[in-house]
Amino acid sequence: MEFWIIQIFNGVSYGALLFLLAGGLSLIFGLMRIVNMTHGSYYLLGGYVGLTTIWQTDLYILAIIAGAVAIALLGVGEWSVFLKNLGGQELGQVLTTMGLALIFQDLGLVVWGGEPYTIPTPAVLSGSYRIGPFFFPVYRVFIIAVALAVAVILWLVLEQTRIGAMIRATVDDAEMARGVGINVRLISMAVFALGALLAAVAGVVAGGFVGVYPGADFEILPYAFVVVIVGGMGSLKGAIIGSLLVGLLDNFGKALFPELSYFTLFVPMAVILAVRPTGIFGRG
Amino acid sequence: MIKPFLAASLVVLSLMGWLGGSPAAAQPGPIKIGVITPMTGGAAAVGKDMVNGLMMYLEEIGQQMAKRKVEVIVEDSQGRPDVALTKLRKLVESDKVQVLMGEVFAHIGYAMAPRVDEYKVPMLYPIIAADDLTQRKPAKWVVRTGWTSSQPSHPFGEWVYNTLGYKKIAVIAIDYAFGWEVVGGFQKTFEEAGGQIIQKLWPPLGTTDFAPYLAQIRRDADAVFALMVAASALRFPKQYQDAGLKERLPLIGGGTTFDEFVLPALGDEALDGISPLIYSAALETPENQRFVKAYRAKFAKVPSYYSETSYTAGRWINEAAQSIGGKVEDSERFLAALRKVEIPDAPRGPIKLDAYGNPIQNIYVRKVERKEGELWNTVIHTFPAVSQFWKYPPEEFLKQPVYSRDFPPCHFCQ
Amino acid sequence: MRQRMPQIAVGMALIGLVIAPFGLSSYVLSLLTQALIYAIVAMSLDLLLGYTGLASLGHAAYLGIGAYSVGILTTQYGAGFWVTLPMGVVLATGVAAIFGLVALRATGVYFLMITLALGMVVWGLAQRWVSLTQGDNGIAGIPRLELVVPGLGVQSPPFYYVALAGFLLTYGLLRVIVRSPFGQTLVGIRESESRMRTLGYHVWLQKYVGFVIAGAFGGFAGVLWAYYTGFVSPTDVELATSVEVLLMVALGGRGSLLGPAVGAGLIVFLKNLVSVYTHRWLLILGSVYILTIMYTPEGIIGGIQQALRGARPPSPPLKLRQ
Repeated sequence: MEFWIIQIFNGVSYGALLFLLAGGLSLIFGLMRIVNMTHGSYYLLGGYVGLTTIWQTDLYILAIIAGAVAIALLGVGEWSVFLKNLGGQELGQVLTTMGLALIFQDLGLVVWGGEPYTIPTPAVLSGSYRIGPFFFPVYRVFIIAVALAVAVILWLVLEQTRIGAMIRATVDDAEMARGVGINVRLISMAVFALGALLAAVAGVVAGGFVGVYPGADFEILPYAFVVVIVGGMGSLKGAIIGSLLVGLLDNFGKALFPELSYFTLFVPMAVILAVRPTGIFGRG
Repeated sequence: MIKPFLAASLVVLSLMGWLGGSPAAAQPGPIKIGVITPMTGGAAAVGKDMVNGLMMYLEEIGQQMAKRKVEVIVEDSQGRPDVALTKLRKLVESDKVQVLMGEVFAHIGYAMAPRVDEYKVPMLYPIIAADDLTQRKPAKWVVRTGWTSSQPSHPFGEWVYNTLGYKKIAVIAIDYAFGWEVVGGFQKTFEEAGGQIIQKLWPPLGTTDFAPYLAQIRRDADAVFALMVAASALRFPKQYQDAGLKERLPLIGGGTTFDEFVLPALGDEALDGISPLIYSAALETPENQRFVKAYRAKFAKVPSYYSETSYTAGRWINEAAQSIGGKVEDSERFLAALRKVEIPDAPRGPIKLDAYGNPIQNIYVRKVERKEGELWNTVIHTFPAVSQFWKYPPEEFLKQPVYSRDFPPCHFCQ
Repeated sequence: MRQRMPQIAVGMALIGLVIAPFGLSSYVLSLLTQALIYAIVAMSLDLLLGYTGLASLGHAAYLGIGAYSVGILTTQYGAGFWVTLPMGVVLATGVAAIFGLVALRATGVYFLMITLALGMVVWGLAQRWVSLTQGDNGIAGIPRLELVVPGLGVQSPPFYYVALAGFLLTYGLLRVIVRSPFGQTLVGIRESESRMRTLGYHVWLQKYVGFVIAGAFGGFAGVLWAYYTGFVSPTDVELATSVEVLLMVALGGRGSLLGPAVGAGLIVFLKNLVSVYTHRWLLILGSVYILTIMYTPEGIIGGIQQALRGARPPSPPLKLRQ
C-alpha cells in the first residue's frame, strides 16, 4: 500500500512538472502547428538563468522570474526572426529549430560550462511532510502547487478574459479569427512567449531536484512531445490530463517494468496518435 | 541534373584530396599524445578534468619527455562511441600519434579496444574501469593505468560486514556495465563474509527522478548501497534525504557516488556517506597535498580522481618514454616499457601493474565530512596494494563470468 | 557531344569513386565510407520525403534495426554476412510494414509526430531491453566483414568497396523505382493527394509501399553501418540522428536522390572536420541547419540548378502535405 501511495504521489508531482513544461507547448502547437525542437532548450536555458540569478542574488523567487522573463524574450526573438514566416512548413520548422537547439546547447556550454549543477532551493522548501509512515518531500508538493496555480490562472485567462477568448478563437480557426479582426500575429507571438516562459519556469523548478546540465534539453524534449500528443494539441484540459497520464505512466512503467519503461511511454503515444491524430482532447 | 552532381562531387573529392594529403614523413620530432575524451555533452566536465590533469603534469616537466618536445592533440568524443572511433582513426592515421590516452565511458572503452589492437598504437585508459578489459577480454595494446570497477568493491564488501556491522543491504545502482561491476564486486565479498543483498534496483543511465525507485527500497535493510555517477550522483543524495530515507537507512556506495567531482555541489545531504575508491583529495600524503594545492591554484577546484589519474598517466608515459631513450616510434618496445612502469609516489599512492595489466594500488575507504566549510572525503581506512582480483587467485577468479546485472545472482531478493 | 556530357560526367565521377582508395589517406577514405553509407539512408528517406512528400522524424529507427540485427546475430550467434544481411533488411522491412500501418493514418505535422513516437519506441527498446541489446553499453566487437565466396573461401574485402557497391546498388534500384510509373504516382501524391484520389489511385497503398521500401533501404544501410563501425548503440537510433538525416536530404536537395547523397557527404565531412578546428562545432552545425532553410530551401542541388539556368523565381517554400 505504501508503495502505491508513494508512486501515485511521485507520478502526480512529475506530471505537474511536465504540465509546466508542455502546457505552453500544447497551446503553441494548437495555434501554430509549430514543431519546436528548441522547447527543451527553453527548459534548460531557463534553468541556467535561474541558477545564475540565485548565485548572484540568493533569491529563489527572483530566479524563477528572471528565468521566465529571459526565456520569454528569447522565445519572442526566435519566433519573430525565424518562425513567424515558416508557418505550414514543417520540414523548415524542424530543421530551423533543431539548428537553434544545437546553437543554444553550445551557448549553454560556453557560458555555464559542462558541469552539472543543482539550483539551491530555499530552506523552507526542503525536508518532507510526514504523514504516518509516508514522507512527502516538500519540494515536490511545491511543484504540484505551482503547476496547480499556473493551471488555474491559465484557465481563468482563457475562459474569462477577452484575450483568452481571442486565443481560443485563434486556436479553433485562425482564418475566422483574422476575419473578425483579431490580430492573429500578435496572439501567436504572445502564446509563443507564454509557452517559452512556462518551459523556463519548469526548468528552474526542476533544477532544484533534477539539476541543470548539458543534455537536459534533449532528454526532456521527447517527454514534452508525448504530453502534447497524448493530451491533445491546443487544449488546456488536454495538457493537464496528458501530463498527469504521462507522469503516472512513466512512474509506474519504471517501477513495474523497468526493461520496457520507454516502451510503456511511447507506445501509448503512437497508439493514441494512430487512433486520434490530434490527441485525446485535441482541437484543430 | 547530372552536371550539378558532377560539380558537387568534384568539389567534394578535391576537398578530400587536399585534406587527405599525407604530411611529409616526420623526423624525430615531437612526441604526439592523442587524447580522446568527451569535451561536449553530459560528461564534458569530466573530459575537462582529464585534460587539466594531463596538462598540469606536462607543464611541470616543461612540455618535454626524454629531450623531445611533447604535443597533445585533444579530440572530442562527444560521449559517443561512433564519434570516438572516428576520432581514433583520425589521430592514428592522420595525426600519426605515437600514444593515445583517454575516454571515460566503459562501453566506449570496449568499442575502441579492438581498433587500438589493430592499429598497434598503445592507448592508456586512466579512467575506463570496465573489468573485462584486463580480465577476460584483454587488449594487448591497451594499458590500463586506472582501476577496475570492482577493484575497490572487493575489500569494501568485507569491511562493511565486519567493521560497520551491516547484515542486510539494499542496492540501487545505475543500469550499465560500470554499475553492474561495482555492485557485483561488493556483493561477492559482502555475501561471502556473511551478509545478504536483499534487493537490487537498476535505474537507467540518465535517470533524473529517482522517486519511483526510492519508494521501492526495502525498509528492513540495514543500509543502502548506491552507485551513482556524475549527474546522477549530483541528484541522488538530496532525493534520498527528501524521501525520508537518510535517517532510517545509512547510505554507503561506490566511489563515484561521493567523489570530489560532485562534492562541491552537494550539501549536508551527502554527509557521512561512506565509499571506497583509489583516491581521495583528502589523502594526507606529501605528494597528494602538493598535488591538490597546485591543482586548486591552477584550476580553482579540488582535483577529482579523473584529474589525478590523467596527471599520473602523463607521468606514466614520461617514465616509459625515458626508459627507452625517447624512441617511442618503436611501438613494441614502447608498449613493453609502458607495462613495466612503476610509480611509488603518485598523488594517490604507489602503483604498479599486475600480470594482467591492471594497477595494484591502495584502496581508500572514505567518509564525507565537513572541514572548514567544505565537503571532503576523509580517509578512514586504507587497504594497501589491492589488485583487481583481491584475495582470489586470478585463474579461479576468471572462471566466474564478468559481473553483470544477474551475476552474482540475488539469492536473497524477493 | 553536349548531349553526352552527362554520361561522361557520371563516368568520371564513378571512376573517381573507384580509384579513391589509391589517392586518399586512410582517414579520409574512412570518412568517405561513412558518407556512402549515410548516403544510402539519405536516399531512402528521399523516396519518402522528396518524392512522396512525407517528412519522417523516425527514420533512424530502420538504420538501427539493421545495425542491431548484425550486432546481435554476429556477437551472440556467430552468424555470417549472408545471414545477417537478409535478416537485417527483412527485419527493418517488417518493422516498417508495421509502423507504416500506424503512421500513414496521418499526414503533415501529425505524421511528423507519429514517426517521432515510433522512432522513440525503437530507441527506448534499444536502451532498456538490456538482455537483448546490452542497453547503453551497446554491442561491441562486431567482427570485420568476411564473405564466404564459393570457390574462393573466406574473403575480407576492403570495406570501402563494399560500401561503394551498396551505394551504387541502392542508387540504381531507387532510380529505377522513382522513374517507374509507381515513382511518378508518388510524385503525384506529393503534389496533390486529392487529385490522385480523384484519378482513381489507391493513394494509401502507394504511400505504404513507398514507406516500406524506404525502411528496407534504411535497414540495408544499417547492416553496412554495423560492419563499418564494429559497434552499435542507442545513439544510432536517437532523435538527433533522425533529424540529421532529414538535414542531409534538405541540404542536398530533396527529390533528386543524388542531392541527399551529396548532402550526406557534406554533413559527414562537416561534422568530422569542423571539430578538429574548433570546439564550437555544435554552433556551426546548428548554423548549417538554419542557413540551409533560409537560403537554399531546395538544397544545394536545387541551388546549383537554379544558378545554371539563370535567374528564376524563388523556389516555393518547404510546404508539405497537410
